[in-house]
Amino acid sequence: MIKTSRSLRTAALLASLMGGVALPAMAETPPNMLVIANRIDDIKTFDPAESFEFAGADVSRNVYEKLVNFDPLDLDAGYQPELAESWEVSEDGTTITFTMADGHVFASGNPVTAKDAAFSLQRAVKLNKTPSFILTQFGFTPENAEETIKAVDDKTLVITLDQKYAVSFVLNCLTATIGGIVDMATVMENETDGDMGSAWLRTNTAGSGPYKVVDWKPNESVLMDLNPNYGGEEPAMKRVIVQHIQESATQRLQLERGDIDIARNLSPEDIASVKETDGLKVVDELKGRLMYWSANQKKDMLTDPKVLEALKWAVDYQGMAGSFLNGQYTVHQAFLPLTFLGALTEKPFTYDMEKSKAALAASDHPECGTIEISVREAQERMDIAQSLQNTWGQLGCDVSLIVGTGAQTLDRYRAREHDIYLGAWGPDYPDPNTNAGTFAVNPDNADEAGNTGYLAWRNAWDIPEMTQDTLAAVVENDTDTRAEMYVDLQKTHQQVSPFGVMFQQIEQHAMQGSVENFISGGATTAASYWVVTK
Amino acid sequence: MSQDNAPAPYARRSPFAPRWPRKLIGTLLTIAVTLLGLLFVTFMIGRVMPIDPVLAVIGERATQAQYDAVLLELGLDKPLLQQFFIYVNDVLHGDFGRSIRTGQLVSEDIARVFPATLELATLGTLIGVVIGVPLGVLAAVYRGSWIDQLARLVGLVGYSMPIFWMGLVGLLVFYGILGWVAGPGRLGVFYQGIVPERTGLLLIDALIAGDWTVFKDAFSHIILPASLLGYFSLAYISRMTRSFMLEQLSAEYVTTARVKGLSEWNVVWRHAFRNIRIQLITVIALAYANLLEGSVLTEIIFAWPGIGQYITTSLLANDMNSVLGGTVVIGSIFVGLNIFSDLLYRFFDPRAK
Repeated sequence: MIKTSRSLRTAALLASLMGGVALPAMAETPPNMLVIANRIDDIKTFDPAESFEFAGADVSRNVYEKLVNFDPLDLDAGYQPELAESWEVSEDGTTITFTMADGHVFASGNPVTAKDAAFSLQRAVKLNKTPSFILTQFGFTPENAEETIKAVDDKTLVITLDQKYAVSFVLNCLTATIGGIVDMATVMENETDGDMGSAWLRTNTAGSGPYKVVDWKPNESVLMDLNPNYGGEEPAMKRVIVQHIQESATQRLQLERGDIDIARNLSPEDIASVKETDGLKVVDELKGRLMYWSANQKKDMLTDPKVLEALKWAVDYQGMAGSFLNGQYTVHQAFLPLTFLGALTEKPFTYDMEKSKAALAASDHPECGTIEISVREAQERMDIAQSLQNTWGQLGCDVSLIVGTGAQTLDRYRAREHDIYLGAWGPDYPDPNTNAGTFAVNPDNADEAGNTGYLAWRNAWDIPEMTQDTLAAVVENDTDTRAEMYVDLQKTHQQVSPFGVMFQQIEQHAMQGSVENFISGGATTAASYWVVTK
Repeated sequence: MSQDNAPAPYARRSPFAPRWPRKLIGTLLTIAVTLLGLLFVTFMIGRVMPIDPVLAVIGERATQAQYDAVLLELGLDKPLLQQFFIYVNDVLHGDFGRSIRTGQLVSEDIARVFPATLELATLGTLIGVVIGVPLGVLAAVYRGSWIDQLARLVGLVGYSMPIFWMGLVGLLVFYGILGWVAGPGRLGVFYQGIVPERTGLLLIDALIAGDWTVFKDAFSHIILPASLLGYFSLAYISRMTRSFMLEQLSAEYVTTARVKGLSEWNVVWRHAFRNIRIQLITVIALAYANLLEGSVLTEIIFAWPGIGQYITTSLLANDMNSVLGGTVVIGSIFVGLNIFSDLLYRFFDPRAK
């Protein structure tokens, strides 16, 4: 009898594995500890001057405070005072004077002063690591950093820009990871060979945020405890543990067993299963990542506006979003992600083969021709590429896929050797210029210019006028006018550009029913653990 | 020609000229050439792959100036051979470079991930040997019986079932439903950092510290992936054992032993089995080496931070320092196990002496 019931049970288990039947939720983690399963193998460093990866940004946001920052419970409100209680802009718009707030203390016990802020920003500029462009675009250089970023006294920080910029642009950039303020004294105590503490900050933290990193095992886990000197309201979660769990099915099992509170990388099948499970819930959040294709303007056929129009009509947007991308992406057709200032909500293109064929017939290439889609070997991208191969094939195009690793396809893209590149783009900082400045700016289209940071250059799209329009939006101080400028830019871009923006990412987080206020940062920032309760 | 000057066709070796120094030098030379060759091939493959190692460091958003700076910093502007010799020189000084993926020294990374694999592989091999060898022997002795059928079924399943699927089913059943074992990872979140790291082998460290709670938790985490790997090992070991034993049991000396009236136990274990030990050592050493390479899929499913996952992830991220460092370790293991097998051969086989 026991044997039979065990056999039946085993059979049921196997069936549940195959069919995705949910198991009941079981034990639970301690009430003051947050345990998260996530893919954190991209963390290379905790140094805010160098960190530029998603998982690293999550840690940084919880460890380092910034001059201005986003309130996780009201992201739509935009940047708010944090270490700076106020700021003033000079009449010519080139100087911003910050007044530091009282009551902020580093984990070491040192108070946060304007000198720490100046040191942190100068350091980021001088170290000149990958994310430094977020600051150096305002004219800061390693040579002038000490002159242009200055602490007048412990309470006053003055930064001098190379020209007038929209204040919102500057402050939005200071909310990025690179704007994290480090404890100057602690960092310099750990300096080696003039590295400004870079090697030490790779594995240690010195911030004034709600948490401090206690232990990090690469590809394994990050453990954060409360910063005992944190100036804000004491977080409910005294300890946060983020475990690196690669597999979706494993994350789901852990969640169902109650060994973790939040699973951040579940597949659509596992999400569907979790939704069926008592005691668990799924929260959707719109992220900033866009999925797009782009056409190299060095390829004759792809410079024809009618061919580009035909390709845009021949994309099965809803079909993909409703099937293999279900719940993971939503249809979006502009270069600014929804929730960004000036984001365009209009989606003019639908899957319409008649319009597509008519546009192609009106082009100089009515028979279409060969098209190679360069795509990296990742499931969702391969699925999209195959869908494009199918629908563009119906136009008579001879479409083939050039599949490679991420690095291989990126190399081809940067070398301008692709026909069509299928890829993703995420914003670097929460200001519209982050995407406008790459999708709609190309300062010099020459090969030797090597402007690989601009997507427009990678696609050899020469746009002097649009470049001017985009740069004009960067200095517009009236926020409403600025937003309108971006909307207009995107409308034009949608129609004439060799970019076919298709989708915006949705992140689906599965969690215990008791977990409240888990915000992974939306499209503008990173995760905030200090507001979580359960 | 005088007798004294004529070369002796079979010169007697002087009793004062022992052979072992020459053998030792020969062995060390073989090891050095093998590892250097391995390093050369891996290095060259890494460098000629059509991907840009600079981009792996700086990401796609970096400026051209940052790109150029990193290119110089990594020494990628130098000729390939020069790069290789610089690298070998660094390795000889114990410097494997820094991993671009974890930001840590490769030697530190390997010191962290290898004990995880060593612990898992050792336990897996132990399970494979303890069950696989007797199963193979019994299958040969009772050829055609249900034990034999069972052994063959075990071997067949072990060879044909994807380890990925087996791992997921194992987790679902023993962790998800029955709750008999702990979940993924090496240690529960509540036990991390309690026991000081001495060997990096959690079971051993917990024993040294005398902390049974941590030992139990670590054991609960390792037993499922180790059993899974052990199962795949035992499938191979039992099949080979059966085959070796069948050969021995059909030999004339076995028939003679039986005719002499020796007990079946003595015939099987003291005579036939003794003669397959040498072959078995090779099989077990190979099985162990395979597990020490790291079972990537098992490590991924069980979130086991081992060397297999480390090398694979590094390769995909074009983190060649890590790949090369890991390759040297794996290569050394193979060479080491080969030498160990040779030594055991000499011990068990009088002819090899």
